[in-house]
Amino acid sequence: MSAPTTVREPMTKTALRAATDLGYKSFTAGKFTFERDEYFAHITFPGGRHIMAVDAFLRALMRDVAWGFFYGTVNFDNVFGTGNHYGTVERVAGLFNKAYKDANRHYVEKFQSKDLKATFEAMLDDWTNEGFDPFAAPEETGRPFGPKKGNNTAAVQRQRVVAQRMVGIKGDTPHRSDAAGFPVNRQFVDVPQDEPEIHAEPGFEGEVHAFNLYGYLSRSDVTWNPSVCAGVKDSLMCPTTEEYILPIIHGNDRVEWFIQASDEIIWDIDDKNTGAPVAKVTMKAGDVAAMPANIRHRGYSPKRSMLLVWENNDGRLPSMYAKQELKPYPVEF
Amino acid sequence: MVNTVFGSLENYEKGSVDIIDGDPKHYCFSNVFEVASQSKPYERVAVGKNLKYVMEATRTEGTSPWYSASHDESALCMDGEVEVHYIKPEAAPVPESKEGAVKLAGEPAGKKMGWVKLRRGHQALLPKNAAYQFRAAHPGVVLIQTIQGDCTVERWGDICLK
Repeated sequence: MSAPTTVREPMTKTALRAATDLGYKSFTAGKFTFERDEYFAHITFPGGRHIMAVDAFLRALMRDVAWGFFYGTVNFDNVFGTGNHYGTVERVAGLFNKAYKDANRHYVEKFQSKDLKATFEAMLDDWTNEGFDPFAAPEETGRPFGPKKGNNTAAVQRQRVVAQRMVGIKGDTPHRSDAAGFPVNRQFVDVPQDEPEIHAEPGFEGEVHAFNLYGYLSRSDVTWNPSVCAGVKDSLMCPTTEEYILPIIHGNDRVEWFIQASDEIIWDIDDKNTGAPVAKVTMKAGDVAAMPANIRHRGYSPKRSMLLVWENNDGRLPSMYAKQELKPYPVEF
Repeated sequence: MVNTVFGSLENYEKGSVDIIDGDPKHYCFSNVFEVASQSKPYERVAVGKNLKYVMEATRTEGTSPWYSASHDESALCMDGEVEVHYIKPEAAPVPESKEGAVKLAGEPAGKKMGWVKLRRGHQALLPKNAAYQFRAAHPGVVLIQTIQGDCTVERWGDICLK
């Protein structure tokens, strides 16, 4: 297990490149180092270095932080990412890249999840400039480039919505409204906002319940951020609104399902371990598809769309799939 | 000009699985409107299965049987308009140890809890130990989040891309 992560003072010139003092802090996590300049995030690790466009890096980092490293692997790109072990997390470089792996150039380091999350949160806050929202669609936010200019702490500290039973039930996650700061998104202005008729007899107001899920989603101010809206034991319906490109390549540690509620998403499906392409799945409104436990996927949504991500939150599953006690696909037929 | 596309029984377009390496059946790719268009009213056809958990596509048309479950379920209306009527039975109709929806013999004795009317995009709670019945004047589609049980119909070979 690696030592606690640290934060260094604003970078000046580094061995990586000549840079003026741009005002950004540099960070370390174990043997990984993270620095940013006007356009790029620079990552070094024993035996290698990596570079990513800073907008792509921040969008990926935002999801990794907000989701608590999510289910399975969060690949920032085809080299760099995290693997969640639920309590601990692996920071990986090249582990899920066949060329790196075959050449033994990969590097993996394990951290306590809370330690790495704290470093990532600090990095995200420091590296996100005023006016740039890593959760927003590119059309709806400013630019992340250039020297450090302010921050956007409120945007990067959004909490993921997790309803216990269903959105809108007394004591559970509240509805979204103009008054609550959630106007209808520009790409969903045609989505009906009517609420269901509810006729509850006295004493049953907490059980006779319904809400307008599509209206709720039309008011989401973030993209690619599955949030729990209804649960049946470990079955979690996690709707999300999608626009542009999923900022990470999600590697499954269990079977996940997608139900396309509106519009269209095109998915690139790759082998989870090697990154080799295995399929392209095009989902239109009403389509349902499984994402097997042995793949990674990245979605492309040309128009803002509604996707119902459906997860099985049973904590025993990653180990069962890893040991091949379960087949990676959900149904035999 | 914004045009958000939702499907319906009358108008849906199915996507595709383009395989480079592997088996298309592993994606269990179907379409809820197509499934419902080929189902009898209130057949609860699994379109998603995650071990014991299922998503059932249901054609709502006319009046359904009364159902109950020992756990919460949810119903998302994806097309049409449907009412859900609820009764709190005098005794829990389904033992705690049994999972999935159970079709009841008829309307159970108990207190009327009320009802909801759903249109496209509306999602209702089907609370544990309550009995519920769907009523729809015209065909529609509801997606039920539940656990596989006696009422779950599986016909993957018919509904999925191969």
